[in-house]
Formats: sequence, C-alpha cells, structure tokens
Amino acid sequence: MLAVLAVVVVIVTGPLRREYSARAREPEAREADPGSADAMELAELEAAREAKYREIRDAELDHRTGKLSDADFEAVDGTLRAEAVAILHKLDHVRGSNAPPESEPPEQPRAG
Amino acid sequence: MDPSRKRAIRLVVALAAALLLATALVYTSFTAGRDEVTASQLLKRAQPGHSYILAGTVLTGSVSHRGDALMFRVRDPKLKVSVPVRYTGIVPDPFRAGRGVLVTVHEQGSGFIGEQDSLTTKCPSKYQATSAGY
Amino acid sequence: MALLGRALLILGLLVALYGIGSSLYGAVARRREWVDSGRRAVYALAGLMTFAFAILEVAFLRSDFSFNVVAAHSSTTTPTFYKATAAWSSQEGSLLLWVFLLSVWSSLILFLTRRRVREITPYATAVLMGFATFFIALAVFLANPFATSARAPAEGAGLDPLLLHPSMMFHPPMLYSGYTLLTIPFAFAVGALVTGRLGNEWISVTRRFALAAWLFLGVGILLGARWSYTELGWGGYWAWDAVENAALMPWLVATAFIHSIMIQEKRGMLKVWNVSLILGSGTLAILGTFLVRSGILDSIHAFGASTLGVPFVLLIAAMVAGSIWLIVKRRALLRSDAQLDSLLSREAVFLFQNLVLVAIVFVIFWVTFFPLVSEAITGTKVSVGPPAFRPFIVPLALILVLLSGIGPIVAWRRVTVANMRRNFTFPVIAGVVTLIVLVAATNADTRPFALVMFGLAAFVVATVVQELWRGTSARRAMTRDPLPVAFVGLIRRNRRRYGGYIAHLGLAVLLVGVAASSSFQHSQNVNLSPGQHAFVDGYKVTYVRPMARASAAKISLGAILDVSKNGKHVTTLITSRGFYPAPLDPTAGPISEAFNGQSDSNVGLRAGLTRDLWAVANPNLDPLQNEINQGDRVFERLMTSLTPAQASQPSIVTGIRAERTAAIVGLTSRFVRHPWPVTFLLIVSPLVTWIWLGAIIIAFGGLISLWPLPAPARRRSTAAARTIPRGLPAREPA
Repeated sequence: MLAVLAVVVVIVTGPLRREYSARAREPEAREADPGSADAMELAELEAAREAKYREIRDAELDHRTGKLSDADFEAVDGTLRAEAVAILHKLDHVRGSNAPPESEPPEQPRAG
Repeated sequence: MDPSRKRAIRLVVALAAALLLATALVYTSFTAGRDEVTASQLLKRAQPGHSYILAGTVLTGSVSHRGDALMFRVRDPKLKVSVPVRYTGIVPDPFRAGRGVLVTVHEQGSGFIGEQDSLTTKCPSKYQATSAGY
Repeated sequence: MALLGRALLILGLLVALYGIGSSLYGAVARRREWVDSGRRAVYALAGLMTFAFAILEVAFLRSDFSFNVVAAHSSTTTPTFYKATAAWSSQEGSLLLWVFLLSVWSSLILFLTRRRVREITPYATAVLMGFATFFIALAVFLANPFATSARAPAEGAGLDPLLLHPSMMFHPPMLYSGYTLLTIPFAFAVGALVTGRLGNEWISVTRRFALAAWLFLGVGILLGARWSYTELGWGGYWAWDAVENAALMPWLVATAFIHSIMIQEKRGMLKVWNVSLILGSGTLAILGTFLVRSGILDSIHAFGASTLGVPFVLLIAAMVAGSIWLIVKRRALLRSDAQLDSLLSREAVFLFQNLVLVAIVFVIFWVTFFPLVSEAITGTKVSVGPPAFRPFIVPLALILVLLSGIGPIVAWRRVTVANMRRNFTFPVIAGVVTLIVLVAATNADTRPFALVMFGLAAFVVATVVQELWRGTSARRAMTRDPLPVAFVGLIRRNRRRYGGYIAHLGLAVLLVGVAASSSFQHSQNVNLSPGQHAFVDGYKVTYVRPMARASAAKISLGAILDVSKNGKHVTTLITSRGFYPAPLDPTAGPISEAFNGQSDSNVGLRAGLTRDLWAVANPNLDPLQNEINQGDRVFERLMTSLTPAQASQPSIVTGIRAERTAAIVGLTSRFVRHPWPVTFLLIVSPLVTWIWLGAIIIAFGGLISLWPLPAPARRRSTAAARTIPRGLPAREPA
C-alpha cells in the first residue's frame, strides 16, 4: 500500500518538481506560458482554418453530387474561400515573423 | 417580409406547436392515467368499471393455477390485508411468492381481474435481507 | 485484500480532491505545472481504480465469500464467465465500475487533448474529478464494495439466473461507458462557459467525445433490448420501462447535439441551444444512473429503496442549477453569428430534427416522471401506460425518419426548386413505389402507421444510395479508379458525411423492424398437453414431448415443439424453464428449496430475416406440490431424527444429500413420465432481425464518422485545400 502511495505521489507531483527545479536553475527564464493569449488564439484560428477547409471540400462535394447548382456553387465557394483567406491572414499575423509562413507545396487537389 | 418578422412568426409557430404538444400530453396523462394503489387502498375505494394499478407483494402460499389463469393474492406493504387477483397473460420470469408486483386490475364480483399481460414483477432488492412472508 | 481495496478507494478520493484543487489553482493562477499535475492526478486515479476493480474481480473469480458482495451475488456453482460479470450486478460493484470507467475515459481524453483547448481543460478536469469524488465518496461511505464479514459463509447466494446471459458481460459496461463518456463533453462545456471559449476548437474536441458517447450508449441500449428479447419470457425488446427510458433520453439528446453542433461549426448559430443540449445530456446521464439504483420509480430494474437517493438528487440539482447559471452568465458570448436564411435548407432540417428529438425526450421524460409528480401533488401515483403515449411517439418518429432522408439531399443555406427536383425525384419515387407494392402485395395497409414508416424508410434508403452513387461517380470522374476503390476512397475521404449517411440507413432499417414487429406480430397464450398443437399466423406448433433435467444446481422442465407451415416442417424449438435452488431461504423445506428459488426462461427462438418464431414454456409446479410437501416432511423428520453426532458425520451428510438429490430428480422426471398441460407463449414476429441489423449498421456508421484520419492523410488533405492562392482578393458573394 505504501508502495502504491509512493508511486501516486511521484506521478502526480512530477510536473511540479520539474517546474521548481527548472526555476531553481534559471530564476529569470520562465517557460512561455502556453496558456498565453497568443497561443490560444493560434489554436483557435487553426481550428477555424480546418473547419473552413472542410466546408470548402463539402461544398465541392455537394456541387459534384448535384445539390448545388453551378451558380450557387460559384457563390458559396467564393465566399468560403474569401473567409479562408481572411483566416490565413490572421494566422500569419498572429504567428508574426518568428514562425515560417505556411509553406507546404500546393498539391493538385485530390478528389473527394 | 423582412427577416426579423419572419423569425418572429417562426418563433410563434414553434411555441404554439410546443404548447399544443404539452397540453395534449398533460390531458392524456390525467385522463388515461391509472392510479397506483395498495391493497388496502384498493379495497377502500375501488369503483366498478375503473382500472387500478395494484402494487404490493405476492402473498406466500397464495399462488395457484386454475386452467389458463394464475390466481394469487397481493398483500399490502404495511397492513395485514390482501386482495385476490385472477390473472391471465404473460407471467414475468421473476414472479413468485414474496416478490413485489404491479398488476392492472378491475373489480369483478368479490375479487379482481388482472388485465391481460399487465403483470410486472420487481427484481428482488439486492441488498435488503430477504424478508419472510407473513 | 479487502482492506487494500478500501485503502485504494480512500486514496483515490484524496487524489480526486487534489485533482480538483490543483487544476483550478493552476487555471486561476496561470501556472502550467499545477494544471499538468492535476492531469497526472487523473492518470493516477485511473491506475488506482483499475487496481481496486481488479481486486474486486479477483475476489469474485476466487469466490472469496468474506467479501459481502461476493457472498450476496455469486456462488461456487456460478460459471466463471458470470462470476466476472457478477461484480457489477451489485450496487457497490456497479459504482466501482462507474468510477473505474470514468477515470479511464477521462485519462484517455485528457491525454489526447493535453496540448489543445488549454484554457478549458483545467476546468473540465475539475468537473470530471468532481464526479469521481462523488461516486468514490458513495463507495467509501455508503455502499462499500470491500465490506467483509468476520465469518465468511461457505456458499454464496448466487447470481440471479436472469443475468446469466452473455449480454450481461457487455450491456452494463457499454451503458456505463456511454454515461461516463457523456460527462466528458459536459465537463468541457462547463469549462468553455467558465472561460468564455466557445469557438471552433471547443466544438471540434467536444463533437468527437459526444459521438463516442452516443455510440457506446446506443450499443448498450441495444444490448439491453436484445437481452430482454432473448432471455426474458415476455417476447418483447422494449417495454418503456423507467430504466429503459432513463438510458434512451440522454442518447436522444446526444443525437440532437451531434447534428446541431454542425450548424454551429458552419454558421455560428444555435450556440445556446448546443450548450444546453450537451449540458442536458450529461445531466440526463447522471439522472439515468440514479434512476436505476434509487427505487423511486417502479421498474423491473429498480434495486429497491436505496440510501443513495438523496446524494444523487443533490448532485443532479446542482448540475441543473449550475448549467442554467453558467448559460445565463455567458449569454452575451452565446449570441448567434448568423440567422436562418431559409426554411428550405439543411440548417432548417437539422433544426426541425432537433425540435422533434427534444419533443420525444420531453414526452418520455414526462411519462416517466408523472407518477412522482402526481404523487407529490395528489398523493396518488398515477401511471401513464405505453398505449396512452404511443400516439405521441409514433408520429414524431415518422417525422424524424422523414427528416433523416431530407437532410442529406438538401444543401446548406438555401435550396432551389430545380435542385429539389434533381435530388428528390429518385427517393420520392422509391418511397411511393414501395408503398404501392406493399399495399398491393401484402396486408400492410391494415396498419397505416407501419405502412407510412415502410414508405419513409424506402425514401431514406434511396437517399443514401443516391448519395453514395453520385459521390462515387464524381470521384471516379476525377481519379479514374475502379468502382469499389472509388467507393471506399469516397467514404475514407469524407468520413463524417458518409458515416452519418450510413447511420441514417441503419436507422431506417431498425425502425422498419420495429414497425413490422410491433404492428404485425401474432401471439398466442395456450395450454397444451403433449401431442396437442396450436396455430399462430399460419404456423402449426405442436407440443411434441416434454423434457426434464435435474441436478443439485438446477432443475429444468422443458418442451420440444415442432413448427410446420402448410404441412412442411419449418423448425424445431426447444424451450424450458429453469428452477434454481434457494439455499439461503429459511422458510423452504429440504425438497421445496430446490423448486422455490429463482427461475428463468430459456426461450426457443428461431430467428430469420423475414420473421422470428419465438416460444417459451411456463410449466407450473402445482401437480408436484403434494409430493414436494411430502418430501419436505420426510426429510425434515429424517434430519431431526439424527443425533448431533450422526449429523456431523460426513458420510451420513453426504448420504442424505445424495438421497435428497435422487428424490428431486425422481420428482422432476414425473414431468416426463406423467406430463401435465403446460402453458406456452408462442409468438411469430416479422422483421425482428432487422432491428439488430439496423443497429449494427448505425454503429458501423458511427464508427466511420468517429474514426480520425491517419496523420499523413490529414496533412495531405490540408495541403490540398491550401491550394487557395494566397493574396486572392475577396470575392463579393454572388
């Protein structure tokens, strides 16, 4: 039982001990708080971007399966892409000059 | 029609439908609902032509078969009173003397007729000591 | 060992409390390490609960009767498989199972999201550990699974034979997984409301949990229905019993949520609604857990009056009050970004579907709790039986099916008439043709509601087929893949969409099964002697001969039935009733105790794709009663005539036991040698198998929808969509 207690205490206090030992070594340096406003906004924007991409693909699929007429699709697709661009711009802005810009080579859009 | 007016109309229609459903439900509950009574309550206030849900335990030693029908007495949880029931229909697996049951009955003559397939039996309590019948 | 188990529970309680404290402190003080420590506490709790649960299971498997729960729910004669399941047949064991599952699922989810939704997770952790604290506290203070007796009995009471069914291995764990999984989106919703972070990240994380919970809970409910049909002697799969309703309600609310969350994702609408739904389903899950064990409602499941009622009521009240307060507090953040454009759009269809589902939940909730409400007001419990509220459920279910067909074939935002013609023609024709064929070729028109359901189901199936066909064709046009490859590829690249469509297909199949089996069932309750027969729906069922088998552990009286139609043999059904001894019953005599314990039915079932043949025998023991009483007297006299010295001699005890068994076997064999009439319940039920098939299809669809894309595919798809040229000027919406 004592063994169990010891194991629990070790596991649970792990992060605390890590932080205190890091703080002891470098009292000034503080790990950038990942809960900072920037990091959260980044996560939120990335989630919004994924959702927007999914919407664009969904609209495309709707068009190809006949639920959106050509005219409707043009309209919807344009709006969605504009919204996507806005999100990408915001992402770049938040990431600032530190992170590399989104630079994966564009591939041919796979079907579906 | 401007959008806010459209929305207001939709809201009114939705609320009206909800109100209708709620009213119908409440009405049905009070007209088609059946009172749940114990043996003593049943004896006191049974009216011919009315159905009641009789709740109680099966009196030990009172279970027998007569042809298709199952005969048993349901006793009151508190008072030493029991009511005879003649029941036809599905008998749930857990049914036996000493178990809690619910059966829909109406009065007929000196006894009560259990309505077809209306008998349900409670699973025995898992952590109360099995009580001896009285 | 029991002491160790109890110590683990107490330590778990402390760890859970620590988890609440450290998570909240870390969130408020913005100290990452305290939040991480709180998460570690959840992992530790999972480990502790696993250990504790293992101790309990081992006690059952070893038949360690010093544990009170083992003595009360298991015995040496219980098969090993069921010794394991007996652990959760008790109040105490089931609480431990609940906490174990909660801690495991919480650990998994917190591990998967350790780098996401960082502001919300501490509060979610605190809520989850709050639930854990509650349930562990119940186990520690009120219903201790590790309670022991100084003097362990030599034999246990045994498991209720009704629970000796394979489903019992899976039904409670699945249900509890569903309930515990529903607390997770609940916790994340609370966290989101507290922090005000109700955006896309929260949606994407919560949606998956809710879908997983929906899947597990749905499977759990179906397993319960299957157990009822194949194990209990009434021939039905759903009785609108309070406990069945208690599990169904959160499932329906979760169904509404996984649809309406898509609207919030796309249009930023229905925020208050969604948050209310997810808080509601979590609360209903706890309510369901409470109903089963409280005894406040009459149900075949109810464990009888319980001391756990009050704590649960307080918890549920706190959840309801807290939810309302949080929503009101954050209502500014919950304002819609957009409005409903048109009633002819996918958004509108989803909205209607949500309203219908909530209406169904409301009806079920009202009917389930009406006895309590009426008792509180008038002093009398008034019950509303299924025949009274079916007129509400059936039309709502029909509308639901219709909507599940329309939803996939309309577009978001707006539908034009030309589009409708393109998309609705085939499914509508399919529905109409089905109706015509059924009316012409069968007697389906005698049950108009069932007929409408069949037509609507055909409509839905046609919708799904049309969508799969068009999608596959479109994909083939681009990739030039062969048909099967394109088909699989289509589904793999669009799991959410097609997983959902497949689930709709499953729903249509399931409801066809429900409609057919409830509207066109034929049943007969008959008294037959060997050689006699009865007719059910054109089938001739002959009672061929009786069977009897007896041992010290079980007596079985059964019948062999021959089923034929138009002179041709169809099948042979074997059904029996099992009688188990009641060794701990002080009022039963030595012989009658073999006949007076628990009993169960072994159903004779021949399932088929078009219809099920179901039979159960209900032999009554009245003809044996005289002999049983006589046997009691003989053996009692024998036992009292022994001197204490003789009574303790093993050879004499064994001898008497053997005589007793022989007497029981002899009595039982009278059933075969001089058989008496037996009451049979015979049922011919069409399309019951479609219910189980439909459920499997729904589960399959849910799994597809839930399955995450493997990492490379995810990168490819995002890269592909990133072909949006940067710097593209914003286009004016047309």
